[in-house]
Amino acid sequence: MATPVLDKVEAESAASPYITVTFRVRRFNPEVSGEATWEDFQLEIDPKERVLDGLHKIKWDLDGTLTFRRSCAHGICGSDAMRINGKNRLACKTLIKDINPEKPITVEPIKGLTVLKDLVVDMEPFFQAYRDVMPFLITKDTNEPTRERLQTAEDRERFDDTTKCILCAACTSSCPVFWNDGQYFGPAAIVNAHRFIFDSRDEAGEQRLEILNDRDGVWRCRTTFNCTDACPRGIEVTKAIAEVKKALITRRF
Amino acid sequence: MSTTEKTADVSGIGPVEGADVYSVDHPAPLIEAPRKRTKKTPKSTRGNFEMAAWLFMRLSGVVLVVLVIGHLLIQLVLDGGVSKIGFAFVAGRWASPFWQVWDLLMLWLAMLHGANGLRTVINDYAERANTRLWLKGLLYTATVFTILLGTLVIFTFDPNIR
Repeated sequence: MATPVLDKVEAESAASPYITVTFRVRRFNPEVSGEATWEDFQLEIDPKERVLDGLHKIKWDLDGTLTFRRSCAHGICGSDAMRINGKNRLACKTLIKDINPEKPITVEPIKGLTVLKDLVVDMEPFFQAYRDVMPFLITKDTNEPTRERLQTAEDRERFDDTTKCILCAACTSSCPVFWNDGQYFGPAAIVNAHRFIFDSRDEAGEQRLEILNDRDGVWRCRTTFNCTDACPRGIEVTKAIAEVKKALITRRF
Repeated sequence: MSTTEKTADVSGIGPVEGADVYSVDHPAPLIEAPRKRTKKTPKSTRGNFEMAAWLFMRLSGVVLVVLVIGHLLIQLVLDGGVSKIGFAFVAGRWASPFWQVWDLLMLWLAMLHGANGLRTVINDYAERANTRLWLKGLLYTATVFTILLGTLVIFTFDPNIR
């Protein structure tokens, strides 16, 4: 029944896949003004393209001063996390057709970090929190890799989810507790601590737990699930934080 | 967006960024990035207070569900509802140590639960250290006052007053 209609739509879209989309971009240039402003751009774009392609079209064809980060453009490097239509996403993994191109698409820098220019923020506080949880393998007996450190498939599975993190800061900058004073470690740092705390080969779990037992550690988490919603890698961030809380409680009693 | 060359009074530059406020001799105050290690950075806490507070919220919450719903049922629903409450009703209940302990437990748990909840709200929403200090000072004063006054009343209640 529906087949003829589908054919017709497909034929029409094959004729011209392009639609006109408005990009509403948050612009900020500290050398011109202390205020950030919205600027609209009209684009001819295939709805099957990504938001990042739209930003490229703006930067390459319309306004070369638009500044944003992107490296691999395929959802692995974690450079282009931004707030698209009020939600933290990777611009390179968000298709135009999935975010209602009828209305203007708003693109803002991620929140809670200092904006340097347009969509570029200072990631230093984010990486400071990351460094604080010691995101590297620590062993007591020897640091010299004389042989492979073996691990069962079950032990590897224990922390598999948190190995997927690409440090894009989408989770941390979606966290309302982080927005306040930026002192909270943030979901990303806890996820990366989780990756080593639950690794059977690592022996500094106790140290990392002690770091996250801090006033600004896991206990500031309010379980709002913003981080889990924001993660472009689908990591169950809030669950990982809860597992760290549980480990902190059970190691005492 | 304005693309004109930079002059001292480009519109849009607030007085804070204006050259007349800050100069080489009067540099603008440096704002440290969050989490940067400076002398003013709060010391990392090495106690288990936050964990104890987190656990207390969960455990006291479970107990309070029983205590408060029981309290509301007795006071407002069962046996004639709210109209029965008077001095005699309260005096009658507090004659039994069971209800004294019930009310005392409810007072302490509810006050500490609420105070700890507000403490986290203040920590999350107050931005300046001074605001936090004053709000928490007010909160702790009110909490201690209410708990002490309530405990005093429960233990020294005299049904034959006047």
